[in-house]
Amino acid sequence: MAKILEKERLSEAVWRFRLHAPRIARKRKAGQFVILRPLEDSERIPLTVAGADPEAGWIDIIFQVMGKTTMQLRDLPEGASVRDLAGPLGKPTHIERFGRALCVGGGVGVAPLYPIISALFAAGNHVTTIIGARTEELIILEDDIKASCNRLLIATDDGSHGTKGFVSDVFKGLTEAGEKFDVAFVIGPVIMMKVTTALTVAAGIKTYASLNPIMIDGTGMCGGCRVTVNGQTKFACVDGPEFDASQIAWDETVTRLNAYKSFEARVRENYHECKIANA
Amino acid sequence: MTVARIAMKEQDPVVRARNFNEVPYGYTCDEAKSEAARCLKCKKPLCVDGCPVNVKIPEFIGLIAAGDFVAAARKIKETNALPAICGRVCPQETQCEARCVLGKKGEPVAIGNLERFAADTERESGSVALPQKNPPNGKRAAVVGSGPAGLTCAGELVKAGFDVTVFEALHEAGGVLVYGIPEFRLPKAIVKKEIEYLESLGVKIVKNFVVGRTATVDDLFNEEKFDAVFVGSGAGLPSFMGIKGENSIGVYSANEYLTRSNLMKAYVDNPSTPIIKGKRVITVGGGNVAMDSARTALRLGAEKSVIVYRRSEAEMPARAAEIHHAKEEGIEFNLLCNPVEILAAENGAVTGVKCARMELGEPDASGRRRPVVVNNSEFVIDCDVVIIAIGNSPNPLIPDTTPGLSISERHGTIVANEADGRTSKRFVYAGGDIVTGAATVILAMGAGKAAAKSIVNDLTGN
Repeated sequence: MAKILEKERLSEAVWRFRLHAPRIARKRKAGQFVILRPLEDSERIPLTVAGADPEAGWIDIIFQVMGKTTMQLRDLPEGASVRDLAGPLGKPTHIERFGRALCVGGGVGVAPLYPIISALFAAGNHVTTIIGARTEELIILEDDIKASCNRLLIATDDGSHGTKGFVSDVFKGLTEAGEKFDVAFVIGPVIMMKVTTALTVAAGIKTYASLNPIMIDGTGMCGGCRVTVNGQTKFACVDGPEFDASQIAWDETVTRLNAYKSFEARVRENYHECKIANA
Repeated sequence: MTVARIAMKEQDPVVRARNFNEVPYGYTCDEAKSEAARCLKCKKPLCVDGCPVNVKIPEFIGLIAAGDFVAAARKIKETNALPAICGRVCPQETQCEARCVLGKKGEPVAIGNLERFAADTERESGSVALPQKNPPNGKRAAVVGSGPAGLTCAGELVKAGFDVTVFEALHEAGGVLVYGIPEFRLPKAIVKKEIEYLESLGVKIVKNFVVGRTATVDDLFNEEKFDAVFVGSGAGLPSFMGIKGENSIGVYSANEYLTRSNLMKAYVDNPSTPIIKGKRVITVGGGNVAMDSARTALRLGAEKSVIVYRRSEAEMPARAAEIHHAKEEGIEFNLLCNPVEILAAENGAVTGVKCARMELGEPDASGRRRPVVVNNSEFVIDCDVVIIAIGNSPNPLIPDTTPGLSISERHGTIVANEADGRTSKRFVYAGGDIVTGAATVILAMGAGKAAAKSIVNDLTGN
């Protein structure tokens, strides 16, 4: 059980929960995630730790409401507890003084990127961050990130905030201006990662992407989160979640993410109906 | 004149293939007494030597014959803390029952059925009693993993007077007993009762705690002040075949398929955790886990559930009873047949498995005849779900985060002395699948018990 200390809506469907989890707060490093179940009958879902205070004993998780389990989570009130919380899981991001670091985040992928930005910045890197979303309302953590890096650039599809276009367009602009980077971290929707990392890799930048495949146990037991990296089967939960982006089989990763799309749509509808029936 | 062994009555195969209820009903009191009366009460009972935890078999069977069922259960529990589980999932036919003198000319005593009967009767009568416990000895033991090895070790240590905490990575205790073995073979209510029994003895169980991540083994000593750590973290990572198409949608490891169905209850109406309920399901492998998967597929509504195995039935590692049950339920066996490619539609969903015919050649290192591909024998079996049940390799979380712990280079398992569970690291013990690779529940229990004995010895001098 982990008590919900604070609950904040970051955009239409994105929430930040602060959970009482002293042990995880002490242990977690940038790049790691937790597995949680809001209720007894919920699915186990992986969520990245977006921040933590080891002294105060809390962690922040940021999630987008997608299916039944994230709806159940959203509907828990402040002061209630999530039933199960396990972590930190996955390998931490390898942080060192690379020199000039580039961080690119899309949509809710900005949440897992934030601790990596902070860690790179704290390690003495010059950090440039590009974040993007469909529209201004969906840009999250802008102020937090601005305070944790050297430069923050923003892109929105509709141009309501920052550059009109994709994060990959902003990156193209930087390369055209002759900017060089020693390392890149890219997190977001798989298509955005595929497109963006193709550009950074082509620019000769060592690039890491953090994958968020379907997962059950998160400890290596089920193999549901397997991805092909450099022609080999890897488990995102124990071998990742970060991998060398130039070696990831992106199309297969997209296909596997969509395995339960129709199921998810169905339970989403059922959940709405239940809520209406019980109202 | 010998009396025939009494078989347990079972659910009709056609009916049971569509439900998750347990297959056998268990003995009635009269059946149990009659079966118990078959025991010859050998002076030197070989059956006891055949049991990895040396259950006092003739003694408990004698108590059943005398009608004292609860005393029989307590007799078993003197050496085996989980009789209701062992009575169901132990391979008695290769252990105790294989040694039974009656088996030489006819059928051995149904020791497993009787064990199950005694344990069930005690539990259902509500007369489960707590055994003698030594006074607290002031020592703290951590047990990693709440599967058969961990639970057994915890039970032995708590009886010896230790303060015992079991750390479980998942949200439910029981390990493979809850995520792996299906309800129709081992009802989860029974596992729950056995765990509650250990808790009533004083064992503390901490769930959602991943040793190697939430805390390392060294943290357990240094920060949490444990005096000994037993690692029974299980078999871990599922193996895949490494063939084309294996990451298509609808291809599961047996671990994933069974975890979705058993632990996450994907078989109920409107589940939270999805599972692809295939119409035509292929399971690759010949062990108990393969049988469990293929039979689960039927219960999830498959019209056709096929086992594909590269050797012949004689080499199948599954228990004869499981193969028999699977056949009765209508599972098809495609033997001497090896998948070479998984075929998928454009959207990534599985459409079939391309297989090659095999024939048996010379014996290999395991002593089983090596399967050899028959040239130009490829053919396709249509399906929409494929379950890979070809084994596991050890989970790397503890090996990778525990300096000083010897790991087998070849297998990735923890190196531990089989007889006493001691590892290369002082006060760290290990047993079960993390040491042996995938094996049986009872062998894991035997290892947990042996390690507990060493822990008692090393920490208290007794």
